[in-house]
Amino acid sequence: MAGDQFPATRWSVIDAVKSSDAKEQARALDTLFAAYWKPVYKYVRLRWNRPSEDAQDLTQGFFAEALERELLAKYDPVKSRLRTYLRLCLDSFVMNEEKAARRKKRGGNVTHVGLDFQAAEGELAGATIDAASIPSSDSLEEFFEKEWVRSLFALAVEDLRKFCAERERQRTFRLFEDYDLSGDSEISYEKLASEYAIPVTDVTNALSWARREFRRIALGRLRELCGSDEEFHREARAVFGSDAV
Amino acid sequence: MKFLSDKAVDRLRQNASVPDLSGTRYQLLERVARGGMGVVYAALDEMLGRRVALKVLDVPVADGDLARRLNREARVLARLEHPGIVPVHDVGTLSDGRVFYAMKFVEGQRLDKHVEAVTALPDRLRLFLRICDAVAFAHARGVMHRDLKPANVMVGAFGEVLVMDWGLAKILREPSGGGAEEDPEATILHTPEASSNADATEATQITGQGTVLGTPGYMSPEQARGDVAHLDERSDIFSLGALLRFLVTPAGNPKSNLRWRRDKTLDAICAKATASDPANRYASVSALSADVSRYLDGLPVSARKETVLEKAARFYRRYTVAILLIAAYLIVRTLILLFFHR
Repeated sequence: MAGDQFPATRWSVIDAVKSSDAKEQARALDTLFAAYWKPVYKYVRLRWNRPSEDAQDLTQGFFAEALERELLAKYDPVKSRLRTYLRLCLDSFVMNEEKAARRKKRGGNVTHVGLDFQAAEGELAGATIDAASIPSSDSLEEFFEKEWVRSLFALAVEDLRKFCAERERQRTFRLFEDYDLSGDSEISYEKLASEYAIPVTDVTNALSWARREFRRIALGRLRELCGSDEEFHREARAVFGSDAV
Repeated sequence: MKFLSDKAVDRLRQNASVPDLSGTRYQLLERVARGGMGVVYAALDEMLGRRVALKVLDVPVADGDLARRLNREARVLARLEHPGIVPVHDVGTLSDGRVFYAMKFVEGQRLDKHVEAVTALPDRLRLFLRICDAVAFAHARGVMHRDLKPANVMVGAFGEVLVMDWGLAKILREPSGGGAEEDPEATILHTPEASSNADATEATQITGQGTVLGTPGYMSPEQARGDVAHLDERSDIFSLGALLRFLVTPAGNPKSNLRWRRDKTLDAICAKATASDPANRYASVSALSADVSRYLDGLPVSARKETVLEKAARFYRRYTVAILLIAAYLIVRTLILLFFHR
């Protein structure tokens, strides 16, 4: 049955951080950091116009503060989306930067995810945001959301790569990579079929499978990053809502 | 971790959104609209060779509240076989886990768009009466719609009027006397723009007795309060009153080149239908549509007591030709008499 193909919903990070199980708490925080550290870093660089080194400190300091002050436990999904809440917390944190810097030193053991700031800096160089519109809260929200979706998708792609490898479907992942991730507008199913010396129907089936799995994985991660079913539904629509056939 | 360019993110977003129809009898044609719970696509039913509309849930939660609501909507539609209610053909789960149902593909326009070209008041009122027919039928089957508004009414290419989007419907009673179906707990409040714009779908949640569903401006006060347990057909009558007001108020339709002025009788009908206290509204949709029909026929309505002058004016409007003929006859007769007595 199709519904059986989907794993049981994992705990929301919001529920997990409130758990008494330390392992579950740590996993939840890792999940959150993995999805948010890049959007946070890039946002600090653009919104607060901080040099790279400062932004790195602030990013790590912000997550330390989030843990220390139990910001996630205070989050109420009825009032706002998690990412809006985090962005507002981040703004407030940066405004109290000096105080935050002191806290950062105390909370240095927080982040478990390897933060590749150099890569984030490289990505930022190619970011498309109208500098003139930076003061607009709408454009900042949009920028933060865009980076958050990028981060979520990147994690889901990575999960899909591992998932394909486990099932010895590396070729399927390569097809997915070539067609959906390359951004090449010239690519076609026929071209891929010819490159891989397989029938076009195999390309169609492989891509259909990979997209289904990608969607499943991305939604699974998204569910973890939402505080309630309602928020999950709204975010799912925001992430996959601009569909067109 | 691989960096995803903006183009790659857009392509992923687009490709992963498209429902996977493999293993079904349907072939995807195009995206049509976004509804409260999911997206409506046009598809080809390959077995019957006809175009259908597929309403597909956004998220793969086969056993979740949304899936239950979509399934419930399909079941509600299945029991409402009426020319004014869109028929459902099929319901199921796609291989990507999303619940869907197939319904008749209605080629036409939403009422709010359609009426821009309808400038005659009687034509608008006749449209309204057909909406009332469908809603009255649903009420007779123990179903209330709970989200009646112009965006949820389609007018087909041949003038057929169809009431759509029964996702918030409440089953008041089973036709066979069984218990009422469980009501959705959550109430999601849509802004009118959100309902009419595929991209502006952010819903505002309000708390109350349960999750509340409806659209401000068209939702009855008791529905807005989330008083789900006490909702009955009169809540739909409120929405119909608001819909009637939309249809007959020139000021509410700035784009239209309407040819009539505000009418006290129609205002009274709207006011009675949208009374804050359900007890002061029409007792049934039939009573509301009867008043509108009487207005169309130039007869007195139950919503308003006329003055003698208004009665005379209505009498004149109803029998204009006869009155003018009699008046002309009397004038000619008087002139003849005057001429011969000179």
